Parts: sequence; structure tokens; C-alpha cells
Amino acid sequence: MKDGALGALGERVQAPFGRRSCRVTGNSAHGGYRIFSLVDETGPAPAPGQFYMLSAATRWEESGGRPFLPRAFSVARSEPSKRGVRLDFLAEPVGPGTSRLSSLAEGEEAWINGPLGRPFSMPREISEEAAGAILVGGGIGIAPMAILRRGLTTRGIPTRVLLGFRDEPHSGGVDELFGCEEVRLASEDGHAGHRGYVTDLLAVMLSGDDSATAVVYACGPPGMLEAVRLMCAENDVGCELAMESPMACGFGACFGCAVPLADGGYMRLCVDGPVVRGDEIETAAVSGAGHR
Amino acid sequence: MSADLATTFCGIDLAHPVVNGSGTFDAIAAERAFGDSLAPGFPFSAFVSKTITLSPRAGNPSPRLWETPAGMINSIGLPNKGMAGFLEHDLPRLAELGVPLIVSVMGTSHEDFAQLVAGVASREEIAALELNISCPNVHSGLIVAEQPAETESLLNVLRPLTDKPMIVKLTPNVADPASIAAAAERGGADAVSLINTLKAVAIDPQTLRPWLGAERGGLSGPAVRAVAIEQVRSVSGIVGIPVVGMGGVGSGADALEFIAAGATLVGVGTESFRDPAAGNRVRRELAEGLERLGFKTVGDARGSALGAPDIHNPAVSGSLTAPPS
Repeated sequence: MKDGALGALGERVQAPFGRRSCRVTGNSAHGGYRIFSLVDETGPAPAPGQFYMLSAATRWEESGGRPFLPRAFSVARSEPSKRGVRLDFLAEPVGPGTSRLSSLAEGEEAWINGPLGRPFSMPREISEEAAGAILVGGGIGIAPMAILRRGLTTRGIPTRVLLGFRDEPHSGGVDELFGCEEVRLASEDGHAGHRGYVTDLLAVMLSGDDSATAVVYACGPPGMLEAVRLMCAENDVGCELAMESPMACGFGACFGCAVPLADGGYMRLCVDGPVVRGDEIETAAVSGAGHR
Repeated sequence: MSADLATTFCGIDLAHPVVNGSGTFDAIAAERAFGDSLAPGFPFSAFVSKTITLSPRAGNPSPRLWETPAGMINSIGLPNKGMAGFLEHDLPRLAELGVPLIVSVMGTSHEDFAQLVAGVASREEIAALELNISCPNVHSGLIVAEQPAETESLLNVLRPLTDKPMIVKLTPNVADPASIAAAAERGGADAVSLINTLKAVAIDPQTLRPWLGAERGGLSGPAVRAVAIEQVRSVSGIVGIPVVGMGGVGSGADALEFIAAGATLVGVGTESFRDPAAGNRVRRELAEGLERLGFKTVGDARGSALGAPDIHNPAVSGSLTAPPS
């Protein structure tokens, strides 16, 4: 089922070949994060979990020759717009690329290549008994959980959302992306919800009676993802993780984004992920974003 | 009328001189990402495969990438399915691309290389081979591409095995690449390609330890272009066989520099990471640039930077005192 600005769950949407220029239509502050919007006039709507390679069309490489490579961003929200599909991205300025993208002003142009990669699957594709989904987002990793929640809700699939943060600045975007929908929060500094990790909330949920019919989707820092992966394995609950790895190209060319597989060797996260099953990989605690 | 880009390379007729650098474009993965939109816009006039080895290789531990000013360092470690896996699974799909295929091979002994060359050359879908010799010979311990004698003796073993064109990929990590190119030519190589990446290390600013999983990697991108131009020009001035020039090509103007330095073909590598269709833009801009300068064909511009006396080079001028201009 498509709803116009969202590809079907579980079906990889292919990108037009070559990068294309998109107009920036908005950029707003949310705590320590930014949400910037681009209107893609010619590309297809992404499926939840897919990502784009992004760079600014001007003033890229402005800081001593960096940033040089485009940066991979999962889509947080995809909305219909008069001139195409509006794509919203959640960004934290932590390096030269994320800083430049975070500074994109309305009316500027950005280069995009996407949608790319393997999207989230339908719960029934992960587990035959699945009746509902638990979404676990950490920090900037709440972005793909927002678009996934929308995809699941459109399909009428019961969904519970658990979000965790280090502190208030790192909880930016929750109100904007999840609004008044019921979400359970955890924060390490205790400013919102449970004081502690979001995985504490997941542990309670997985100990409940209905965990046998749940599947878990998660995105967040590598330590959180590995904790989720191990908890799901212990409880025999299927899970999909949206991961990140240093990536130059996003379409399988550079072989940089290698993630170790459970049965030896590596996968290329850009074409075989970024969404992976928990039991496919050796560990989710891989070296993170690198040159963001 | 736009300048004519048609190019003949080692007897292979190509629509234009823009190809990919080995290991910088995976046409099969690209088809997964871009579907039917890839074939009509395929950016290269010939496709160079990622290097294959006799046995499968998993590649290096991560992290494998580091961004630098105007470039990047990679230490990928040649992950591949091995020759049998490549010939069975990848070759039939690559043969459908509709452009001549050049397969890159790497061995660690004469015997390995001989098996690879014999196996690859026996397939009619393959137009030419590229020999990746930037690896140690297990018997001598020497990096083949760093030694003229190693390079020539390897070519002497491989030359009788096939009539197909053999391109030798040169490393920039030597004092005199032209001497290696000359050795390759003496051994019977049909062409040389350069440059491979420059040896490079990234230091993790937090731990002050090497960042890359394999510690050392190779630098590519615009950061290496001026080095590549110098080496392509030096090599083109020495050898009589065609040269495939590459290193930081991101525009038609860059490609034209390589052609002026003597290159017959120009490779696009790292720029494809930034824009998968970069090769198309390079080709278009190259045609425009040639036309603007009054060249009717790409061949007319080839080597225009060669030949003039190089007064700064004591080997040419015989003087160590030539003043800088």
C-alpha cells in the first residue's frame, strides 16, 4: 500500500541514476538538532528505512577541502508537495558535512542521490506470528523510526514507540516528528521519562506476554543497537536494525561500509542494508559514522 | 559540431575515452540501486572490473574509509568472489552492459597470475585484462610494481598466455614510474594505466592511533591529481604503448589535462562516489572543452603537453642550475 509520498514497506525503491539538484524548502532548530527539507521534483518517494546521499550544491569543500564526500542520511519524513516529494532529514552538526547540511538555507540547492538501500520489512516478513511492532529509537536515530511508524500505521499495524536520549539537546525532533502520538521516553539525565536507557524500557516490554507476537525495529548508536540485538536474540524476538557505517558512495561502488556478517565475511551496508536483521550480522557495535 | 570523442584503444573501438578506475564502480550493485535507469545512462565506454584474485577474499576489517581535504583514503583489501565465482556469477551480468569489459586481476606469484590470465583470457566476453601488480611477490617479498625487473619478468611469463590486450596498472609510490612503465612495455604489455592510489595513513584524532582497520590505505580524489598528471606525462614521454590516465578526474577540464599529458583513455574513480553519473558529465565537458580549443577530435589534443624541453629536469637539461620560471 502506498500513500503517495511513501514507498511500500519492505519494497526497495530504486533511485534515478545520477545525483540531482533539489531546492531546500525549510530548516528549523529542534534542540541540538536541525530538521531540513528538500523537494525532490523527479525522484520516487522512498520506502521507510531507505537513505539518500546528500551534499550542498555550493560551499561544499569550503573548510580546507572538506567536506568532500556526500553524507548518508535516512529519511525522517516524506510528504507530498506541489512540486514533488518533500523529504525531511534530521541532522546534528558533528563534523564538516553534517555542519554544512545543517546550515542549508531555504532557497539553496542540495545534491541528492537516492532513495538508496534496503528498507524495513513488514513485520510478517520478519516473523510469521507478528501482530505488532516495537520501535526503538536513540538520539538522532529516531529519524527512520518516524517514517517507519507512519508506514506501519498506514497499514493498520499496532505500533509502540520507545525513544531514548542522552539529554535534552539530544532529544530534538521528538515533538516535531512524533507529535502527540503516544511514545515512551527514556533519558540518561532524567529530563524526560524514565531515567536510564531506552533498552530498559524494551526489556520490560519484551518480558510481557505479547512479546511472542512482536517484532522490534531499532535505530540509534552502535552500543544501543547491539544491546537491542542481543535482547531480541535472548527473547527469540525478530528484529531489524537500521545501521550506519562510513560510506563514500551509497550504491555499492566503494566497499567502504563493510559490516561483519554472522557467518563470516562482510556485507556492504549501502546495498545489503542499511536495514539488517539482527541475526544476519556478527555485531551491531561497529565503528560508527566516521567522517560525518 | 561537437568534437569527435571516438577512440581506439589496443585495437578496441570505443565511443569515447572515459572509463572507470578499477574498484570505483560496481555495475551489478549499481543496477540494484538504480534499476533500469542505469543502462541507458551508463557513463563509461568500457567497464573495468574490481580486481579479482584466484581465491575469494573478504577484504580488510573496518573502518575502511577516511575523508581528507579534497579526497579520501581507502583500505578496502580487494574483497572479491575469486576467479571462479566471478566468471560464474558476475561475468554473465557484466557482459550485458553493452560495453567492452576489462577485467582486473591480481596474484601473489607468477603461477597465480598465470592461472588468472589463462582463466580470464579464455572468456570471449572479456576484451582485455588489467594486471594489478601493486602487491608483493610471495617468493621475492618485493612489490612487483615497485621493481622494473619484477614487472618485466612477470610480463615475460604472462605475455605468451594470451593475445588479448594486457594493461599494467602502475603504482605512484615509486621514485620513477616511467622506468616501471618501460619495463612493462619491454615485457610485452599493450598499455599502462596510472595512477593507483598514493600510500596514506589517517590518524584518529581521539586515540592518536591509525584510524583505518588495516592501518595504511591509499589516497585518491582531486588531492592527487597534480601528481597523477606529472606521472602520466612522464610515462607518456617514455613508452610507445597507450596510457590510461587517472587520478582525481572530476570534470572534462581535468580529463583534458590527462589527454594533454598523453593519455589515450581517462579513468574516473572517486568522483563517481560523489555522483554515480559523473562519467557522463566528464565526457560531455570534455567534448565541449575540445571544441572550445578548436580540436576536431580527441586524438588531436593528445600529448600536447609532451615534447617541449623540460628545463627543470636535470636529466633533460643536463643542468642543476636552471632557474624556476
